[in-house]
Amino acid sequence: MDDGFYQIWVYLSTTPLLGLTVTLVAYQAGMWIYTRAGLHPLLNPVLIAVVLLVGLLMVTGTDYRTYFDGAQFVHFMLGPATVALAVPLYRQFKKVRRSFALILVAILSGSATAALSAIGVAWALGASRETLLSLAPKSVTAPIAMGIAEATGGVPSLTAVLVILTGIMGAVLGTWTLNALRITDWRARGLAMGTASHGIGTARALQVNDVAGAFASLAMGLNGLATAVLLPLILGLIF
Amino acid sequence: MTLGFITLLLVFQLIGEVISKGLDLPLPGPVVGMALLFIALVIKGDVPDGLKDTADGLLKHLSLLFVPAGVGVMLHLHMIRDEWLPISVALVVSTVTTIAVTALVMKGCCRFVDDEQSKEPNDG
Repeated sequence: MDDGFYQIWVYLSTTPLLGLTVTLVAYQAGMWIYTRAGLHPLLNPVLIAVVLLVGLLMVTGTDYRTYFDGAQFVHFMLGPATVALAVPLYRQFKKVRRSFALILVAILSGSATAALSAIGVAWALGASRETLLSLAPKSVTAPIAMGIAEATGGVPSLTAVLVILTGIMGAVLGTWTLNALRITDWRARGLAMGTASHGIGTARALQVNDVAGAFASLAMGLNGLATAVLLPLILGLIF
Repeated sequence: MTLGFITLLLVFQLIGEVISKGLDLPLPGPVVGMALLFIALVIKGDVPDGLKDTADGLLKHLSLLFVPAGVGVMLHLHMIRDEWLPISVALVVSTVTTIAVTALVMKGCCRFVDDEQSKEPNDG
């Protein structure tokens, strides 16, 4: 390696600028691939960005702390963005106000099913306690799920990746599951997609039908709230 | 995006953090903040335009915001390597089961709603 280049690298690798810039570049590369592939759920832009960045850090021998010093400026915005989720939630809530109680019943059943089935299956197959706790909030939108994982003793970054994988699975397997069960009501289809696979499922539901998209979006927000309240209680009973 | 509404979101987050830590709740502070803002919107009855723009702007690239945390998985790759089987089976089974249960319960509820409120337009 050229000495001058090495000097620049030594300087840059200690400033937050580099971590911040590569995060934005990797995400946009992910978006580019995702858009080019016709929004195929398997080519999730966040997953691509994470794979690119982990690869980059490993190849350059940079530790995560150093990277995060820069990337924390992006990470910080998660808090206000989570608060902002109240706005789309309210917008959907307004549309379904009268049947709200019944919708809540469906979402609460989904919320409990998501956590209990994930914990049950992983426990039966010998997963560690840390993995079980990281897995439990996996159907919830990532910013809320990471907060829940942190509050309940899971590993937030593992949760973030499991959340994305859950979203991808919901988007890929959802239509098939709903058709197999002969669910034709768009409200039920959307609600199921949003509850089980948060924003990625909601995006898929929106591609198919507007009503399904609206219900998926409502389910995503409410399931986040429901899981944040219920999961600590459920975990308290199990562990 | 306006500065005033960004400040408003931060204030709600801050109140949420204070309540969460102060009462020792297992709920994350931002989620408490979101619940409070939701309640405030229900009371107010509509979303101010500026707040709508600010929220939409922030949420447009929501998925970018969890990239830095996601990269942290590199510290836990050994967990995925050792436990890939329980993790992947749990994800598939749980996702399919959750979709099925939610849809079936909602289907039952919809039937009830449609009977009770036959004046409501049927979207199904």
